[in-house]
Amino acid sequence: MLKLEARPNPSKLWGFASPLLALVITVLIGTVIFMAMGKAPLTALSMFFWEPIKSSYALSELAVKATPLLIIALGLSVCFRSNVWNIGAEGQFVFGAICAAGVALMADATTSRWIVLAVLIAGVLGGMAWAGIAALLRDRFNANEILTSLMLVYIAVFLLTYLVSGPWKDPNGFNFPQSKTFEKVTQIPRLLDGTRMSIGLLIALAGVGALWVYLFRTFSGFQLQVGGLAPLAARYGGFSSRKALWTALMISGGAAGLAGALEVAGPVGQLTPYIPVGYGFAAIIVAFVGRLHPVGIVFAAILMSMFYIGGELAQSRLRLSKSLTGVLQGLLLFTLLACDTLIAYRVRWQR
Amino acid sequence: MNEIALLVAATFNAGTVLAIAALGLLINEKAGIVNLGAEGMMLCAAVAGFAAVVYTGNDWVGFLAGMGAGALMAAAFGVMVIWLNTNQYATGLALSLFGAGLSAFVGVGYVQAKLPPRGDYSIPFLSDIPFLGTALFKQHPLAYFALILMAAIVYFLFKSRAGLVLRSVGESPESAHALGYPVRRIRLLAVIFGGAMCGLAGAYLSVIYTPLWVQGMVAGKGWIALALTTFATWRPARVLLGAYLFGGVTMVQLALQSRGVAVSEQLLSMTPYIATIVVLALISRNPAWIRVNMPQSLGKPFYPGG
Repeated sequence: MLKLEARPNPSKLWGFASPLLALVITVLIGTVIFMAMGKAPLTALSMFFWEPIKSSYALSELAVKATPLLIIALGLSVCFRSNVWNIGAEGQFVFGAICAAGVALMADATTSRWIVLAVLIAGVLGGMAWAGIAALLRDRFNANEILTSLMLVYIAVFLLTYLVSGPWKDPNGFNFPQSKTFEKVTQIPRLLDGTRMSIGLLIALAGVGALWVYLFRTFSGFQLQVGGLAPLAARYGGFSSRKALWTALMISGGAAGLAGALEVAGPVGQLTPYIPVGYGFAAIIVAFVGRLHPVGIVFAAILMSMFYIGGELAQSRLRLSKSLTGVLQGLLLFTLLACDTLIAYRVRWQR
Repeated sequence: MNEIALLVAATFNAGTVLAIAALGLLINEKAGIVNLGAEGMMLCAAVAGFAAVVYTGNDWVGFLAGMGAGALMAAAFGVMVIWLNTNQYATGLALSLFGAGLSAFVGVGYVQAKLPPRGDYSIPFLSDIPFLGTALFKQHPLAYFALILMAAIVYFLFKSRAGLVLRSVGESPESAHALGYPVRRIRLLAVIFGGAMCGLAGAYLSVIYTPLWVQGMVAGKGWIALALTTFATWRPARVLLGAYLFGGVTMVQLALQSRGVAVSEQLLSMTPYIATIVVLALISRNPAWIRVNMPQSLGKPFYPGG
């Protein structure tokens, strides 16, 4: 029988190999699904792993998708490292988008270019406020942040549909539930003409560097991690767990809100009910697959974006439902968690 | 008067979904395992149950299919958290995300599908009683099953030897192991039971309550069911009461909408979620109370000999 035997020290090798093994298993299961649906597996796989990277335009679209995932996942990695289970990033993303839209809708033709900054700040503050509710409930009332942050997702989405079908509805929008298109000045500056990539990508990459410095080179980042790994040691060291809770939720909420602002004032350009597309949930997977490490998260965000684009292509070209993306993303997290067992244990064959 | 009776009936019906799911989750939490995958299991069970009824025309086959789907997913979750010692929160979350994706993928073909005409579930004689008949005795059999389930769980947990063992596994798995009980297998069975009940609730939702399949139709009920076990401080009777209370919140909101109260439909739709947060905050406010009632080893992994 196969038996698990605890390793004396966690395996460094499997720390790197486990996400790769999980990806291989996910791809194999995906292949089985393609064959079961009567599609040529290689064609289907190329939609996910070749088409999204085969041209410079495809790569720019990949970056458009990866930017929000990267930003949200960077924030979430701080949360998960400090053992704060914020799973409501989707709600913080939506509320950030709502606040950013509120600022963007105030602009008119005479507004200065600098309004973009206000739009982004509104997004960050919105996301922080939404995460702050969960933090406050946890801090003051001991309410489980998993459940409160998740309930806040539903509330944010209803608030969004309320706004776009009521107060903020475009009067000239043929009764569609959406706001008017934002003024051109509020558009997040594009990086290159002819692509949809915005400076959001630069912000995200700066975030990677900032997070690395914060986590591994500052005392506050150290305190946060100790609190997550060894709460008793943290208490002995006099590190405040309340401070860690607030820091984690403010950083992740702010990041998710920023991503929401970049999305609503970037590729979308108006407030619509289709703002929430699950980036907040996918980013949880990105954070774990990226090992909660800033650099790992970059790769994981690219991978998850390939799943998104692959799903869309498989829908338009192979007539496979694009919800396949969600299946593969979920499978990836599932297999990753299983493979991670190999970090702490080795498999032994016993009679 | 009749309107109130209908509201009570609707509350009973809406509460049934939450009650069955939460009572199932209560069992695995009593054994020390939190399964955050409730939402995903309910979604997959909803589509499985719905599809089964579309093909066979028999509601009970649908319920069985839903229970099977829930149990299967719970088993996968259980093997991972119990034998591979994966993090319970992360694994449950993975199950929820995977379930949302899978149900949407499988469900695409059933979005327009219709079920055979839904039956009339009046209980003879009792349903003719004025007021009470309409309020209580025109429900689907599963609505009464929820009551029986609650009673059975009370008996099992607090009056039977097996229930005592299950609770000891959730309180102190080390002691239960030392006494020679197969802690892991007991936990797995509890998790599977929780999954089967979530599955039954999901199938009830798509086959009887709605009855149709829409992507994401569980709409947070799995998470509310998870919250209910905390609200109820892990007591079966309180779980049931909480479920009807939340069923009532949903129904009052719908009743207000249909009466054209001057509050936007979307804002009213928030009420069950806001109510969940408020109640959770009120109940959790006293950490000592939660600590006394919560199974001691809830969420903690157990490695025999480790």
